[in-house]
Order: sequence, then C-alpha cells, then structure tokens
Amino acid sequence: MPPKYHIKTAQAPNRFQAITRSGVIAWEEGCLKCPRCVKKDCVYQVYEKRGLEARQMLDSLDTACKDCFRCVQGCPNKLIQKGLNPQYKALGDHYWTPEIISVLWSQAESGRIPVSGAGYGGPFSGPGFDAMWTDMSEIVRPTRDGIHGREYISTTVDLGRKVMALEFDAGGKITTTVPPLVEIPLPIIFDILPWSPPRRQITLAFLEAARALGTFAVVRQSEMNAAIEEHLSNVVLWVDGAVNDLTDELLKTLSLIEIPDGDHVMEMQRLLKEKNPKAIVFIRMELNPTASERVIWLTQEGAEVFHLVANEYGLEKGEDPLFIKERMREIHGSLVEKGLRDEVTLIASGGIAMAEHMAKIILCGADALGVDIPLLVAMECRVCRRCKEGVACPVELEGVDPAWGAGRIKNLMAAWHNQLLEVLGAMGIREARRLRGEMGRAMFFEDLEKEVFAPMGKRV
Amino acid sequence: MSFQEVTGIYPKAKKVPSRFRHALGKHRITITGACNNCGLCITLCPYGVYKAGARRPKVIAEHLCLGFSCCENAFYCVSRCPVQAISLQLNPSFECLGDKRWTADLLASAWHMAETGQVPYQGLNYKIGDAGGGFDKIRFIFPKKGSKEIPDMEISTAIELNRSGDSRPKVSIPLPFYLGGMSFGSVSIVTMLARVRAAQALGTFCCTGEGGYPEELIPYDDHVITQVATGLFGVREETIKRVRIVEFKYAQGAKPGLGGHLLGDKVTPAVAAMREAISGSALFSPFPFHSVYSVEDHKKHVDWIKEINHKALVAVKVSTPTDVDMVAVGSFYAGAHIVQLDGSYGGTGAAPDIAKKNIAMPIEYAIPKVHTFLQAEGIRDKITIIASGGIRTAYDMAKIIAMGADGVCLGTADLVALECIRCHHCESGRGCARGIATTDPALTKLMEIEWATQRIINMYLAWQHQLTDILKHLGMRSVTELVGRFDLLAHLDYIKPEEVEGELN
Repeated sequence: MPPKYHIKTAQAPNRFQAITRSGVIAWEEGCLKCPRCVKKDCVYQVYEKRGLEARQMLDSLDTACKDCFRCVQGCPNKLIQKGLNPQYKALGDHYWTPEIISVLWSQAESGRIPVSGAGYGGPFSGPGFDAMWTDMSEIVRPTRDGIHGREYISTTVDLGRKVMALEFDAGGKITTTVPPLVEIPLPIIFDILPWSPPRRQITLAFLEAARALGTFAVVRQSEMNAAIEEHLSNVVLWVDGAVNDLTDELLKTLSLIEIPDGDHVMEMQRLLKEKNPKAIVFIRMELNPTASERVIWLTQEGAEVFHLVANEYGLEKGEDPLFIKERMREIHGSLVEKGLRDEVTLIASGGIAMAEHMAKIILCGADALGVDIPLLVAMECRVCRRCKEGVACPVELEGVDPAWGAGRIKNLMAAWHNQLLEVLGAMGIREARRLRGEMGRAMFFEDLEKEVFAPMGKRV
Repeated sequence: MSFQEVTGIYPKAKKVPSRFRHALGKHRITITGACNNCGLCITLCPYGVYKAGARRPKVIAEHLCLGFSCCENAFYCVSRCPVQAISLQLNPSFECLGDKRWTADLLASAWHMAETGQVPYQGLNYKIGDAGGGFDKIRFIFPKKGSKEIPDMEISTAIELNRSGDSRPKVSIPLPFYLGGMSFGSVSIVTMLARVRAAQALGTFCCTGEGGYPEELIPYDDHVITQVATGLFGVREETIKRVRIVEFKYAQGAKPGLGGHLLGDKVTPAVAAMREAISGSALFSPFPFHSVYSVEDHKKHVDWIKEINHKALVAVKVSTPTDVDMVAVGSFYAGAHIVQLDGSYGGTGAAPDIAKKNIAMPIEYAIPKVHTFLQAEGIRDKITIIASGGIRTAYDMAKIIAMGADGVCLGTADLVALECIRCHHCESGRGCARGIATTDPALTKLMEIEWATQRIINMYLAWQHQLTDILKHLGMRSVTELVGRFDLLAHLDYIKPEEVEGELN
C-alpha cells in the first residue's frame, strides 16, 4: 500500500480582516457603568481582547463575536444590539454567496474542515449542486479510522487514455502500446481564472501549491516566463497561441498539454504527441448541448482527456443552458452506453465552489475537476470582480506573496480533501476512482420530489 | 384514549419567563424623556409589557408586545400616551437571529410557548420556517367547515409503541413523541435531567444518548430510553435492565455514516468516569458497529438486548440512505419494535457541515418511502415508525405523521425551549455560552432544573393543543387516523389552491 496522502497545513493568517455576517452595535451614551458589566461576562472574551484594525477600520469585536446574544440580553439599559453587516451581504453574487466565500476564507486560514454544532440551517434544497444529496451506508463501510487513522481511503485519480485489453503476439510479447498516464493524488487541477488582477504572483502561488500537493495548474502559453519555467513539472500548458511558437525543448519537458477543441483538434493532438509521445493531451471544450456527441466522436478518434468547461456559474453555452452536473451526467451516460467510458478521462470545470461540489461532480461522471475562483478566494478575494473593470483589487491580490498564497491554497485543499474523505467514508467507498459516475449513490431532487411530493393531495 | 387516561395526570403550564434580563422579541419599545410617568401604559397593556418605575415606566417584556397590529386596539399605548413618549420599532437584533430552517419567528415562537404554554399571538409564524422546500412548502388541506365538532377531551394524541404482537409489554405514550438522545458530555447534567423530568411529566420517554447513564437519572428509569451506540460508552448490563426501551443507534442524521466525536475539552473528569475513558482526551464513537456487517448480525444484536432485558422494547435508530426502505424492513425482521429514521437535517453537538447539508436525504422524503414500502410488504402495522431530524413545530410533527410516521423524536426543539439561540457554536471552547450544551461548571450554573423542566413541559403542552386542533379540524378522534394520509397534504409546488377542496394551512 502506498504511503497515505497527507496535506500538511499551517495557520496562514488573513492579511485583511474577514468581513463578518453581523456586527455588535454598542452605545456608550446612557451607560450606567455597571460594576459588573455584561461585557466582562463574555464567554469568548471579545470585549477584553477588543482591538481596532487601523488599515480597514474594523473592530475586532465583530470578527470575534459568536452571536450568543448574552450581552444583548444582559445589558440593563439595552445598549448593546446586533446588526447585519451590509458589506457581508454585498459579497459575491447569487452563486458565489457570502456564506461560500466566508467558509472558503476560514478553511484557507486554518486548513480545517468546517464543523459546527446544531443541525443544518440552510434551505431545503436549491438549484444546481444543491439539488442533490449523497448516500451513506448503515453498516458496511471503512471505519472512522479510514478518515482519521490507520485505514486507507484513496483520492488518487488517473489522467489519460486507457487501453481496455492488452494484446500479445504469438511469442507472448505485448503488442499494445500503452498510452501515458498521470496520477494525481487529489482529483483536482487548478484551472485558468475567469478574471483576476495581473496574474504574475497569483500564478506562482498556484504552481507552488500544485507542487506541494502533487497536482497541476493550467497556465496559458502567452503567460510563460522564466519564473513559471521553474515549475514545468506541475504545469498543464494551455496552447492559446500558435503551436509553432512552442519550442520542442519546452514541449518535451511537459507531461500535460491542453489544446482547444476545433476542426483540426485531432491533427494538433497527433502533432504534439509526435514531438513528445509521453505527453498527455487535454482537449478543452466549452460545455454545450451537443457536447456529448462531440465527446463520443473524438473518443473514437483517439482523444485522451476532455476538459469540459462551464462558466463561473456552472452553466454551459447556449440559450436555456444546462447546469454542469446535468450535462456531465448526460456525457458520462452516453459514453457508458457506447462502451467507451473507461477509455477516456473527463475533467469538469466551472462553478465548483465548495468541497461538496467536488464529490457531486465526480458522482455525476467526472474523473477529476478544475478549480478556479476558490483558489483566489483562498487568498482573500471577495469576488467583487472589480479587476474585470480594471479597478484596483481591494485585497491587493496582484502583489500577493506566492509562499503565503500557496500556504492558503494548500490549507483549502487539505480541508477539501478531508471533506471528500468524509463523503467517501459515509458511503463506504475506499477510492475516489470508484465514486465516478456512481449515481446510484446519489439522490436527486427531481426524482425524490416526483416520487414523494408530487402525488400529495391527489391520492385516495 | 385521552392524554389524561394515559398519564393519569395532567401537567399544567406555568409561567416561566426568560432567565436572561431581557427576552428577545420582534419589537423594541422606547420611552423618551418626555414621559411624565402617568402610568397609563402600565394600566392599558394587557400583556404586561410595562412595570412601574421611579422616573418612568420600565419596559420589562418587549417580547410580549403585540406589535404594530395593536394599533387597532383601544389599549394601543403608542397612540394613547398623553405626551407621545412611546415609540415602537422592529428590534434590529431580531433579524440577526435564526436561519432558514429555524427562523427568528420560529425561535421566538418556541420561546413564547416555553414561557407561557400558549401559542404566540404576536404575529409570529409558528408553523413553518423559510427553507423553501419540504415541510415549509407542505400544507394541510382542511375541510372548509368541520362537520360536527369533536370535544377536545375525546381526541386522543396517544400512540402505542409496541405493535409487534409479541409477549412484551404494551407501552403507550400520550403524545406522539419522545425526546431524542443527547449524551452527558454533549449537554450539561441540568439539560439532561430537565429533559428526562419533562418526559416523565408528559408521560413519555427521553433517550440518554451515548454517554452512559448518570445516576441522577435512576429515579426516572421508567421514562428513560438507554442508548447502545457504536462506542458502547457507559453501556452495562444493569443500565440495559433498568429501562423499558433500549435503543440501538446505527447512525445519526446530522452526520450519517460518520460516527461521533466528543472533543477533548468536553471530556471532564465526570464525563470520563461515566464513559470509562480518560479526561481531556477526545472520544471517537466509531462507525459502524464493528460487530454488525449484515442484517443477520443486526438480529444477533437485537437478540442480545432482548435476552438481557426480557421486558424491554427495542428501538433502532438509523439514518436515511437511498435504500432507507430496505433498512427499515431489515430492522423489522431483526425483531425491532421501533425504527427511528433520523433525517439529514437533524441536530448534533458537532458535525462537519458537509455532512449536515449533503449526506443522506431529508426526513420528508424518507418517511413516505418507508411507509409505502412497509405497507406493500404487509408489515406496516407491526412496527412503529418514529421520524426525527428537523421536526421543529407541532405542524411539522402532524405533517410527518400524515406522511406515514407513527410519531416523532425531538431534540433541537427542547433546547430552543431552554433558550438555545442556534448560534451553532455548541462545540467551541467551553461549550454553549447559554449553558445548555456544555460541561463547563460555571456555564452549567446558568440554568436551573425546575425552570428548564417546566419550559419544556410548557412548550410541548402547546404542541399538544395544536395537534388536537389539527385533528379536530380534520374530524379525527385519534392521531393514529392521521398516519399516512397523503391525501390531506398539499405541496405548494405541485398543486394549486384552486385544485384543492378545502383550506390550505
């Protein structure tokens, strides 16, 4: 058994104070100067440790308060109130919600998985990934040790094309050429960002984290520079320019190259593989209503890996777009039907915002996934998208220290890894590879609603 | 059978105000310096919001204020005040309270019921939350006008827990619920005792959870369910012999398939002694039972308990996987009297958020699946189905019974009655800042047993009134008539009010 995959975490403090959901409003006027002020009784000692963060003018009271309301209820003159923070509400948008952003921040800071008391407090279900639940097994599964101790749950996946059977000549020698395969210990690669401030430092942080984690980051050909070339063993080169501009020397050092889908895509794949037979070529394709036919055709033509991309909201191209999990289910299903599924690798990107999305997209048929915006959020991005308009980043991401950034990303990935183990463990699955397309271990909102709620009021 | 016939007693609601200086309510009242202390507001207000003060009246119970709708009344203090010194606003802190499932309105409603034993009158929505699906989208279809009114005393809310027809005793409870397991360690001894004492007063049961059987509970043996869970903490022959119901916990809805984890901080010497462990070190309750890898193994487990205690009923607590119907059938064939299905949105002292939100299905799906399946198997009448995991209100309880459960198991609602505010920080540091889910000696002192017991009794008496009312509206004499009546429910997404004959509520 290979050594257990473990991501080392270390506290990586915020550079800017996090924006919290609510704040404490405490008036001084009318204060009775109680000899035994409720502020002294705070279980979390937030008043004793109070401080002002001068750069942002944020009161530590707001970040440290845990909403127990003891002071609100205890102050004789009712001088203490809690109020919702409008800045928090304004974070992100309908998809990248303030809750998602703040939970990503805390995982990146601590490396720990979010744990809390009391039951789930969110909506019953929702669109997209919130319209499914994952399974559990009452009696048969790895023990809890699998998650925190001795037993082994593997999150390793393979990228590349697989042969379904080996062929031998009369002399018993293998005649099949086995295509190259890359293993990553975590089913995640780092994808191109839909928007960001100038990326020089950010990309270095991604690559440094990718190296530590044993995975890869997609880097644009147009962005290559000497600093990035230090990290080639963790680069998926995105050929966004002319292939001829790439030196043979560079092509030979790369193990993963990504090319856009297009009329001559298979020719381009052949050309690249001639130059470097050990390289694996990803075909990047924007998800769309005809993606599954295209994937089948290209698979039959010899494609190795598909990188299927939705937009940052998880939506495909076209009018009335499907959500990524729906389209992935269709593509996976039609490959299974054609008997081709095990030959190719599917990587899904776009709208992956939480650890649960990782487990869910794999359940819906992806072998691995690409993560983008959460990596920026790990480095305190507020998803304000001002950078898209060329306005300065409020958390100064263009100047981020790559070592600190990589530490934050490692923390986030460690938390995601552990959460994947929780989900796998609950199902009694010991391998992320086996989770792929296991739709019998998923429960979908539409199915359950149709079965259970739709007939209500109509039965006799 | 009426409530009284089953219990032989009739617990009464008693006024039990908040233990904090100011109860939290929806409104905020301020009296300005213009006040001449004429005392009119004190005389006018029928809800006791004001009390006489030296310079001006004191606002002592804002949470009892009727709010803006009071303006129609002759006693509306804001307009009657001769010097216009009173102003009424929404309480700004109120909107910081609660979440989608337990809205501020639901929390305040539960507090009101726990304080007074009555449903709230302040315009609080005490029936549903804001989760946008499941219970919150389901309504009863009440017939437009009730035929002839059944008197309250003739409506039974009692259920029988042993339906197997075996030689073990019948165990009736006057209300269709018992209180779920919370271990000593995850909650304070005060919380634990208050729940057990309330269960006794109401003639029902309260489960110990997996943390042993504190000696303080012995006087209440007849109302205790002792739990055998995967860690086997504190499980002994004598504890199993002591009770009328023994519960096997296979899984918990909030963290299905993940076992339990008591953080080191909460393992005080007392907790450690009870669990036969070392204080200060974290305790894992593994998953699954290492002795059970099949239904046959499960039967062996059930037989073991039955052998040790010849009179006890056996309950099996499981979570809600996709094959939850098969799990229920398996439990029945293994000889369980009760199968408790714990839905994924249930409570916990600490669990990974990813598990709470995503793993296993909500109880609203699981119960109808299991009920229908067991009916098809022809065994539905031989086993008691208890629903748990997200039952917040009397309406939730009635709805899930109409969806196929015989009764429910409650936990979070009790804690809310004790003024839990759902801050979700039960697990951090010294534990619950409000003294409920903690073993910290100083924080435990924040609550008194008598106070806590009565708060729980009050709230559930209010639930019983509501359930009786629902049954009366439906023209039923017993809650057992309600089981599996999907035809009496409507989901707002799939049925239009005009398609329904009756009133949706």
